[in-house]
Amino acid sequence: MAIWLARLAIDRWQLAEGQYGNLGAQPLALISESAHGPRITAVNAAAREAGVRAGTSLTDARALCPELAVAPADPAGDLALLERLALWAQRWGPWSALDPPDGLLVDVSGVAHLFGGEAQLLADAAERLAVRGLTARLAVAPTAGAAWALAHYGPERAVLSRASPLGGGGRREAADGGGMARQQTAPLRPAFGGPPPRVGEDLGVLHELPVAALRLDPATLLVLRRLGLKRIGDLSGVARDALTRRFRSVRAPAANPLVRLDQLTGRVPEPMLPVLTQPPPLVQRRLIEPIRHRPLLDQVLSDLADDMVRVLEGQALGARRLELTLWKVDGEVIQRRLELAAATRAADHIMRLFAAKLDDIDAGFGIELARLTASWCEPLALSQRDFEAAAEAHGTSLAACIDRLSIRLGAGAVRRPEPVASHWPERAQRWLAPLEPARAAQESLTLHARPLKLLDRPELIAVIHASPDGLPRRFRWRGNLHEVTHAEGPERIAPEWWRERGAARLRDYYRVEDATGRRYWIYRYGHAADGRGGVPEWYLQGLCS
Amino acid sequence: MERQVSRPSPVRGGGQSAGWWRGLASTKNVRATERRLLPRPGVGEVRHAELFASSREASGAGLALAFALGQAEPADQRPWLWVQDAAALRLSGRPYRPGLPPSLRHRLLHVAAKSPEEALFALEEGLRCRDLAFVIGELAGNPKALSFTASRRLSLVAEVHGVPLWLVRLDAQHDLSSARQRWEVTAAPSLAPRWNPAAPGLPAWQGTLFRARNHPPGEWILRDDGQTRLVADWATAPPHHGDLAGAAGDRSLAAG
Repeated sequence: MAIWLARLAIDRWQLAEGQYGNLGAQPLALISESAHGPRITAVNAAAREAGVRAGTSLTDARALCPELAVAPADPAGDLALLERLALWAQRWGPWSALDPPDGLLVDVSGVAHLFGGEAQLLADAAERLAVRGLTARLAVAPTAGAAWALAHYGPERAVLSRASPLGGGGRREAADGGGMARQQTAPLRPAFGGPPPRVGEDLGVLHELPVAALRLDPATLLVLRRLGLKRIGDLSGVARDALTRRFRSVRAPAANPLVRLDQLTGRVPEPMLPVLTQPPPLVQRRLIEPIRHRPLLDQVLSDLADDMVRVLEGQALGARRLELTLWKVDGEVIQRRLELAAATRAADHIMRLFAAKLDDIDAGFGIELARLTASWCEPLALSQRDFEAAAEAHGTSLAACIDRLSIRLGAGAVRRPEPVASHWPERAQRWLAPLEPARAAQESLTLHARPLKLLDRPELIAVIHASPDGLPRRFRWRGNLHEVTHAEGPERIAPEWWRERGAARLRDYYRVEDATGRRYWIYRYGHAADGRGGVPEWYLQGLCS
Repeated sequence: MERQVSRPSPVRGGGQSAGWWRGLASTKNVRATERRLLPRPGVGEVRHAELFASSREASGAGLALAFALGQAEPADQRPWLWVQDAAALRLSGRPYRPGLPPSLRHRLLHVAAKSPEEALFALEEGLRCRDLAFVIGELAGNPKALSFTASRRLSLVAEVHGVPLWLVRLDAQHDLSSARQRWEVTAAPSLAPRWNPAAPGLPAWQGTLFRARNHPPGEWILRDDGQTRLVADWATAPPHHGDLAGAAGDRSLAAG
């Protein structure tokens, strides 16, 4: 079953504003900011009467309809509502999927008889949606593609019945839409099982729908319109070979009408992502007597941690993020959050990390309810303990060590360098979270020696060199003079033109060693004749070991 | 305990040594009294050493890495920790992955601590972790937090858990410490490379061991030969007394 919430954004806005009763009172449009000024994303009925269309800019619409009222659109909120609706729509079937931005798909195979038939199912769904104040168009069909097409472009509450593989002709399902059933010549085959229908034979009522019902992107629709193919039936009239040849290089289903046509008739499967609820593991303790002291709170927390570990173990999960919520008698709520470097199920580790976060809690008149939620979990299988008990008891694991460091020093304090494909020295490494898996990367060439340490900001030095482009002879850094005895260079590194602005200067790097053996990595920023600034300056960037 | 750690000093030509640890004393010029004081091979691994260096050079960190590489098992693939406090980070820079020794590059975990107290906490937590190969710390100056008690804590934790700690002290006075070895490190002129004599060569350091629990003090030129080996030469030739006595071997000192 496909549900098309044709005016989801407007309906949601009106529900939120409580204007459910006077729908057509005044023209209203929802706008979103774009690069070319505000643009209209949704309009209500009165505005549509006045000629305002979604997609036009607000200034054009104001010219047509000066009394147009506007409100900002909220696509994220609409999507959240759609997700909730997808879960709610599972009352009509065990499985539902989102069809953003404004559609839902519910699998109702084998369910319709519970409602007394597909027509009654649709009637029930339409009624429930209308009660919720949502404008919806519904259709039932054997494939998701066909249901979508009928919901958007077919008659109201269309039903395309599923033929039994043995029944051949199949029975005809009456539909509320009137003419629909009469146009239907033969029902569609099921998506799987039975011989696939031949083109042009079993499409039935779908023949009459426009090609836009195939869920194609605008560019492909334009191509089809220029070819003179306006209805799905026209596509079936064309030889399949010709279509294959025309769209042979296009793989994406949204750009290839043949793939969409096959999905419509169920010749090729169309995988979809179902919406599932995953309640997070949650444990709580309601306390008879409100607690006001830290040792009692520690005891409660330790009980909670034990409960949580039991729950997690039952689901073979490990917690990555834990939230502790404490309700106080005077109505205030305290929340503490913990993130872990690796999935864990160790109660004492959790206790220890929370202990550092509970120091500043003001219990007030007492805490009456404590709840621990694992809002982010990862699979963590049961593992065998080490044979040697001493190996486990000795020291901490790496993940526990990183957790303790991150809790005390802050989240970004512990990091791991990763190579980046860049010539520019500062960009050749980036810092990641310590236990993040390494990304696949090509081994970089190590033609040139690099310093052991890099200063965060290259420091300006005064250099005396033999000739304008020659090797440096001596330089002054942080107030001291260094005589250069050995030098190697220049190693010229050009700026990355696809990142930098046009006037960025190149760098000539030298590896130098002074009279006492100190080794540095210095560079000259630009050269005198590049026309991108004055006399080039020298910087010290790295310290070699 | 034959590790691929060092080779006998080419200058002195002593032939019986394998570890840098013994490489330091492998020459025939070591006096017999000193030789008797040497630890038995493999027993006296350093767990806590301090390296005093200037913040104007990366010698401290370079030598600490060379020591750590020399002491680690070659097949060890555990990560290692490098802790820096904010002052050390500002003065001497941040570790640069392409410049690290190839066998250590991919295993580095870096901790940027804001204060010396946080750095000490990170060092201690790192030493308690059984999954770390070694820990390198870099602290600038003589912070109040790094008292004798704090350094004793670090020594004990390092010895209990068997994770070596190399603590680099930048621009610091030689204050009280319980480190098992204390070095003063400066850069030394590198050997001229083979193909370009005008270029800087492989790194060399002048190390002065001024306090050690089970090793005679001395002064060495330590060189990295580019293959994760550390070579130690006497910086100043000690007086030559000839071969007066053989090695003490496993006898107790009182008997020798």
